[in-house]
Amino acid sequence: MDFDLTNEQEMIRREVRKFAEKEIAPLALELDEKEEFSPELTRKMGEIGLFGMFVSEQYEGQGMDYLSYIIAVEEIARVDGSQAATIAAGNSLGIGPLYYFGTEAQKKRYLPKLCRGEALWGFGLTEPTAGSDAGGSKTTAVKDGNDWVINGSKIFITNAATEMTLGVTVQAITGKRPNGKPEYTCFIVESGTPGFKAVPMHQKMMWRSSNTAELYFDDVRVPQENVLGNQGDGFHQMLKTLDGGRLSIGAMGLGGAQGAYELALKYAKKREQFGQPISKFQAIAFKLADCAMEIECGRNLLYKACWLRNEKRPFEKEAAMAKLYCSELMGRVANHAVQIHGGYGLMKEYNVERFYRDQKLLDIGEGTSEVQRLVISRYIGC
Amino acid sequence: MEILVCVKRVPDTSENEISVAGDGKDIQRDDLVYSVNEWDNYAVEEAIQIVDRAGGNVTVVTVGGDDSEEILRREMAMGANNGILLKDDAFEGSDGKGIATILKAVAQKSKYDLILTGAQADAGAAQVGGMLAAMMDLPYASLVNKIEIIDDKKLKIGREIEGGNQEMNEINLPCVLSIQTGINEPRYVGIRGIRKVASVEIPTYGAGDLGLAASAVGVAGAKVKKIDYFVPVLGDGAEMLEGSNEEIIAKLIELLKAKGGLK
Repeated sequence: MDFDLTNEQEMIRREVRKFAEKEIAPLALELDEKEEFSPELTRKMGEIGLFGMFVSEQYEGQGMDYLSYIIAVEEIARVDGSQAATIAAGNSLGIGPLYYFGTEAQKKRYLPKLCRGEALWGFGLTEPTAGSDAGGSKTTAVKDGNDWVINGSKIFITNAATEMTLGVTVQAITGKRPNGKPEYTCFIVESGTPGFKAVPMHQKMMWRSSNTAELYFDDVRVPQENVLGNQGDGFHQMLKTLDGGRLSIGAMGLGGAQGAYELALKYAKKREQFGQPISKFQAIAFKLADCAMEIECGRNLLYKACWLRNEKRPFEKEAAMAKLYCSELMGRVANHAVQIHGGYGLMKEYNVERFYRDQKLLDIGEGTSEVQRLVISRYIGC
Repeated sequence: MEILVCVKRVPDTSENEISVAGDGKDIQRDDLVYSVNEWDNYAVEEAIQIVDRAGGNVTVVTVGGDDSEEILRREMAMGANNGILLKDDAFEGSDGKGIATILKAVAQKSKYDLILTGAQADAGAAQVGGMLAAMMDLPYASLVNKIEIIDDKKLKIGREIEGGNQEMNEINLPCVLSIQTGINEPRYVGIRGIRKVASVEIPTYGAGDLGLAASAVGVAGAKVKKIDYFVPVLGDGAEMLEGSNEEIIAKLIELLKAKGGLK
């Protein structure tokens, strides 16, 4: 066993951390308050290479291993969940499906811009009537000559309605399989295609400076070459994408937990009550000890899942475990962090308040905690 | 232009709370996060920008242990072309003159047109650049905050003067300059840069390779020795305001009013 990170991975952690502290930390509170997505900050993240991390250099990606990507997400999440969401969704959901399933022409057309961080891409899966129950989806695509005509809507789609958004991948029903179940196919729809509308969603509790959109498809006509990969591959593509996406959500939980824990530890060492720093009181010290221990567990679990993926071994069970554990881990740590801050923890100025809110999405997005438990229980034979 | 930039691995003050060690001779160094000295990082950025304009190579060099390799690699990921690690047990405990002696030896191994150092490092002594210039009999300017290339014989440089004043000088090449922060905006290290340098071999030289007598450097050669290190006792007349920003502001206004500073 070797728990050492490579030189590259260590450097990525240090440099992404530095970037996050200098460029993101000073803006996080204000962007959250204004519920504002920042294209400028997103481009800056692109300039240092945070998009296309696992994409080969042939398409202007960074050509890194999956763990390096996960470490980068973790370090951004340590400072701000919203920007981490932009990166995680941009890579795992925007770039990932185009890279893994796209035709050569599709990859050449979209990936360089996305990997340079000049543009963003959405992944349209969830529908108003289809969350955990993917079978409830209603968006359809009907073949008409050499075109497909898409109708329906999608909801909660990250990065899909920014001024930088180049387009979306959208999953639609394209027929029936021999077993009677619907056939799904993914389509590429570029921004500006007639009949396609992406509308930003507001009044969110968390990830307030990440862009979330509703997508409307009203007789949207796309040519056959906009089919992602092959007709009928949509379901498989979606499952594969979500498996990888779980690791990046895990990284957001782990990084957020680390950030909240560090804020709490620092505060507890400085804040004095009854004549001594509150970190000297067992009630506080034990909470912090629990946080440190659980973060260590979360990191080991998540990194092992990444290692399995890198080794091309089955990693789906571990990905579900890591997503579930790290999401809930951040919930416990953010809760302790607010508690340790006392009254100040309830104030936006102290940042732990934002971590506390931002965490809640992790229990819900990219497969709820309940779905993760279902996935794990099936893997262990229940 | 061939540029040598001297860099140092120092505790990162933004990542650590610094406290005095038990023996009172140094800071507590266990578990500290280290990074490249901030002034040196500006110097490397400036060197990269000069080479971008005028061509040539940037070489970064440091005196330190195996750990110091990471800062060389970092500066190379940023854009420096070469790195050199100067490592020898005999170098340990060097004073400023000792470090300048070691750097002089490596600077003379190749031909450099320009040698940059940070204006100061963690110890705040700000002496290595000046000493190195004197030992090499080269012109020197300190606290440099602007560099323009006149031709391959001369630079025009700006210096920051106490009180916010500025002076401009012409200086002959080759020369040594100590660089002030703010001369530029150092770029971030990108993922691709990291990938490029992660497995590059960095040459390492010891005292023997540099033709240095062990007695001239390190503890043996040091003529300045630190004998005490402490946090001064808090004097009268200073009061630290504590609390949230709002509370601090309220207290400050109250104090200013009470002392007649605010009417």
